[in-house]
Amino acid sequence: MKNELNVHTRSISRRSFLITAGTVGIAVSYGNLASQAFAATIATETAGNYRPNAWVTIDHDGTVTIISPASEMGQGVMTTLPLLIADEMDAEWSKVKVVQSPSDAEKYGNPGFYGIQLTGGSETVRGYYEPLRLVGAQTRMILLHSAAEILDKPVTELNTEPGMVVHTPTQTRISYGEISRLGKISDPLPQISKTDLKQPEQWHYIGKQDLPRIDVPSKVDGSAIYGIDVQLPDMLYGAVIRPPVQGETPATIDDSEAKNVVGITRIVRLPYGVGIIGETIEATIRAKEMLSIEWTTGSRIRNYSSASLIDEYRKAGSDLSQTGVNAVKKGEAAQAIASSDILIEADYLSDHVYHATMEPMNATALVSDDEVEVWAPTQGPTFTQGFAAQTAGTTTDKVKVHTTMLGGGFGRRAERDFVDDAVSLAKEVKGRPVKVVWSREDDVRHGKYRPLVAQHVRVGLTSSGAISGWQHRVAADSIFARTLPPVFEDAGGLDDVVTEGADFNYDMPTHEVEYLRQDNGLDIGYWRAVGCGYTKFAVECVIDEIAATRNIDPAQQRLELLAGEPRARKVIENTVKMSDWSRPREGRALGLAYSDSFGAHCAAVAEVSVNRENGQIRVHKVWTSVDPGVAIQPQNIEAQMTGAITHGISHALYEQINVVNGEVQEGNFDTYRVIRMSEIPEVEVSILGDPTQKPSGMGEVGLPPIGPAIANAFARLTDGARLRHYPFLPERVLEALNG
Amino acid sequence: MTSFTINGRVVEITAEPDTPLLWAIREHLKLTGTKYGCGLAQCGACTVHVDGEPTRACVTWLEDVAGKEVTTIEGLSEDGSHPLQKSWIAEQVPQCGYCQSGQIMQAAALLKNNPAPSREEIVDHMDGNICRCATYDRIIKAIQRAARES
Repeated sequence: MKNELNVHTRSISRRSFLITAGTVGIAVSYGNLASQAFAATIATETAGNYRPNAWVTIDHDGTVTIISPASEMGQGVMTTLPLLIADEMDAEWSKVKVVQSPSDAEKYGNPGFYGIQLTGGSETVRGYYEPLRLVGAQTRMILLHSAAEILDKPVTELNTEPGMVVHTPTQTRISYGEISRLGKISDPLPQISKTDLKQPEQWHYIGKQDLPRIDVPSKVDGSAIYGIDVQLPDMLYGAVIRPPVQGETPATIDDSEAKNVVGITRIVRLPYGVGIIGETIEATIRAKEMLSIEWTTGSRIRNYSSASLIDEYRKAGSDLSQTGVNAVKKGEAAQAIASSDILIEADYLSDHVYHATMEPMNATALVSDDEVEVWAPTQGPTFTQGFAAQTAGTTTDKVKVHTTMLGGGFGRRAERDFVDDAVSLAKEVKGRPVKVVWSREDDVRHGKYRPLVAQHVRVGLTSSGAISGWQHRVAADSIFARTLPPVFEDAGGLDDVVTEGADFNYDMPTHEVEYLRQDNGLDIGYWRAVGCGYTKFAVECVIDEIAATRNIDPAQQRLELLAGEPRARKVIENTVKMSDWSRPREGRALGLAYSDSFGAHCAAVAEVSVNRENGQIRVHKVWTSVDPGVAIQPQNIEAQMTGAITHGISHALYEQINVVNGEVQEGNFDTYRVIRMSEIPEVEVSILGDPTQKPSGMGEVGLPPIGPAIANAFARLTDGARLRHYPFLPERVLEALNG
Repeated sequence: MTSFTINGRVVEITAEPDTPLLWAIREHLKLTGTKYGCGLAQCGACTVHVDGEPTRACVTWLEDVAGKEVTTIEGLSEDGSHPLQKSWIAEQVPQCGYCQSGQIMQAAALLKNNPAPSREEIVDHMDGNICRCATYDRIIKAIQRAARES
C-alpha cells in the first residue's frame, strides 16, 4: 500500500519525537505516525512559490496525523498551525494527532521567515497561514480524487464534510479512514490554487470554534516532555561553569577536589569555561561547587556597568551632533522641528531585562563518529543544526535536532550557548548522550538580556498644536551585530530589531528615526517584543505629553493622528469605551497607549494608583482591544493578550538586570523580581477580528502598550509627573513625584 | 540507600542522603513531571506532597523523606481525573506549561484542607508559585471551578 501511495513526490518522514525512559518508563511522543498510513504528500503549488512538503498522514482508523513545524513555547502553535491544515482538508479535529516536525528546513521551514525553522518575531502564524491552508486544500483534493476512484463517481459530484467524502447525489459516504485503506493517490497530483481555499463562512475551526489546545492534557499530568526532561539510555549529565565576566577564560583550574566527587567522569576545559561530566546530575552540581577556577581578567566587559552606561547612552541620544543610521526618514524632521513653535523633548531609558523562562537553559546531545543528535527546547532547530555541526566539527546534514516542548522561550531559546554546552561535552564522551542543565543562577547571570537603551524623542508643534516633525533617536548596542552579522552589515549598520516599533502608523509630515549604535560588548538578545517593548514606551508617552501640552484628551490626540487608519481607531475607541475612560476614579487614574506592532492593532488602558509614601505603583485593572486580523482561536488570543500584558506590567514595574564591572548582580528569583499572582490586575480583552484579513502575530502584541499606559496613567494621576525610566522602581517613582 | 513511597510504590534510591529530593524524583526515578525552576524554593515548580503537605522538592533532602509518602503530579490521579486536572483543561490554563505541575500540586493541597477557598485565600496560598507566561488569572478560575464542581 505504501509504495503505491508514495508517488513522485517526497515521501513523508516517519520519525517522530520519541523518548524511551529508564526504570519507571515514560514513553512520550506527540502522537505516532502510523506505519500503515496513507501518505498524502503535497506537490508544488501551481504558482510555484512554496516547496514540496509532507504534512499529513491518515490512518485506517481515520486518525489524521499532522506535522507541526514550529516550536511550542506556550503560544499555542502546536494547535494553531495543524488546525489550518485540518480546516481546509475537512479533518475531524477529534481524530487529529499532531507530531512535532523533525529539523528539516527544506520541508518545514517558515516560508514567511527566511524559509527556516525559527519560531520568533511573532512570525509563525503569519508565515504559515496561507501555505498550510494550501496544504490542507490540496490534501482534500487528493482525498476527493481517491474517493472518486473507489466509488467510481465523477469527482465533480463529490464533496467533503469533516472526516468524510460524500457523493452528493446518492448521499453515499466514505470516511477518510476507509479512503486511506482502499484508495490510491492520483498521479499526477491534483493541483490547486488560492482560489480553492475556503471562504471564511466555510471554515469549521478558524474563527469558528475554540479547539482545546493539543498540548494541554500533557501539561496537567506531567507527561509533556521539555528539553530538561529528556532521558536516554546510558545518558550522562553535564554542567558548565562560565566566567563571572563575559569573555574571560579559565587561567588555572584546580579540580583536585571536584574530580573525586563520586560519579564524576570528566572535567574538561572549554574555550569559554569549564565542563563537568558525571553519572548523576547531583554529582555534577557538587563538583561544580568544589571546582576552584581562576579566571583571566582581561575582558573589556569589566568596563561594563549598566548604571553608568545608561547615562552615557542618554547623552549620546540627546547630543544632536552625533548622528546615527536612519531607520526611518520621511522629510526633514530636524528642520521642521527647528522652525516649530513648541518643542517637546524627552529621554526615555530602559534597563536590561532577563527572560526568566521557567525552564532553565538545557540541551542533550549524542555525538558519534558520523552523526550528531541534539534534543533541545529550541526556538531555532535550523540554527541549532548549524551550531551543533560547527561545535562538533561536522556538517549540518549530519545533525538531527529533536525539538522538545519549550518551558518558555521569549527569544532566549534562539541562542546557541546551551546547545554548545551539550555538544561540547558529548564530544568528549562519544557514543553516550550528555544532558546539560543550567542552574537558575547560570541562567540569570549568563542571559542574553534585552539591550540597555536610551531614547531621545524631539517633537515640534505649530502654534495650533499640529505636529510638524518627529525625531526619535535610539542609542543602544546591537543585537544583529552579534547574532546575524551579515544582516547587520547589509543593512548598513542598522538593527531593525533594536529600533522596531519606532516606525509607526501615526500620520506625521516629517518623521526620522536614527539608530546610534553603542558598542560595549555585552551579549544582548531578543526578548519578548524586543524593540517594540521600549520604543512604544517612548512613543506612547510622548503622544500623551503632546496631548497634555495641547490640553486635549490623549485618546483624541491619537485618533487625530490615525485619521487614515480605521482599524487602529477602532481598537482605541473600543478600549476607551470599555474602560469608561472619562469617568474619574477616586485616587486612581487611567492611562492609554496604542501599538501597531507585529501586524496587529492593540490599545490598552490601565487603571493605576500610587502609594506616595513608598513609591509603589499598583495596576488595578487593564482593558485592551486587539485587532489581530483573522482571529483564528479567540480563546488563545485572549490568553496571549492577558499573558503578554501581565508580563509587560512585570517588566515595567519590577524587572532589572544590573551589571557592575561586567558582573551580573542578580542570581535567582529572590533578586530578579517577576510578577506574582497577588500583583496581577484583572485584564479584560476585546478581540476585534476580521476574517477577511491576514492574521497578525499574537505572542508579543500585548506587551508594548502596557508600560506606557501605566506611565500615562501615573502622569494623569500626579498632575503631570513623568516616569521615563523602565522599570518604575519605587525610588524612581518617588523621584518623579518629588520633581 | 534511602527508601520511601512515591505515588503508592516503595522505592529505594542509591544516592547521597543530602541529594535534593527533586533530582531523585526526576533523574533517578524518571518522574519528570516535577520541574526544576530555581533550587531555592522561590518559584514552586518542584512542588510535591510529602505526607500530604505541599513541599518544595528542590530544598528537601532525600534523607528527609525516608519512610515517608511522596506524591508527584504523576500520582495525583491515575488517569488525569483529579478535579484540578480536569478544571485546568476546562479553563485551558497552561501556556508553556512548565510551572503547571507545581501549580496543580500546590492547589491540590489547598483544596484538600479548604474545599471552598475564597479568591483571597487562593491568591495567598498560590503566591509562591511563579508562572512566567502569567496564566495566573486562569489558575484562579480553574481552582474556583474545581472547588465548585467537586
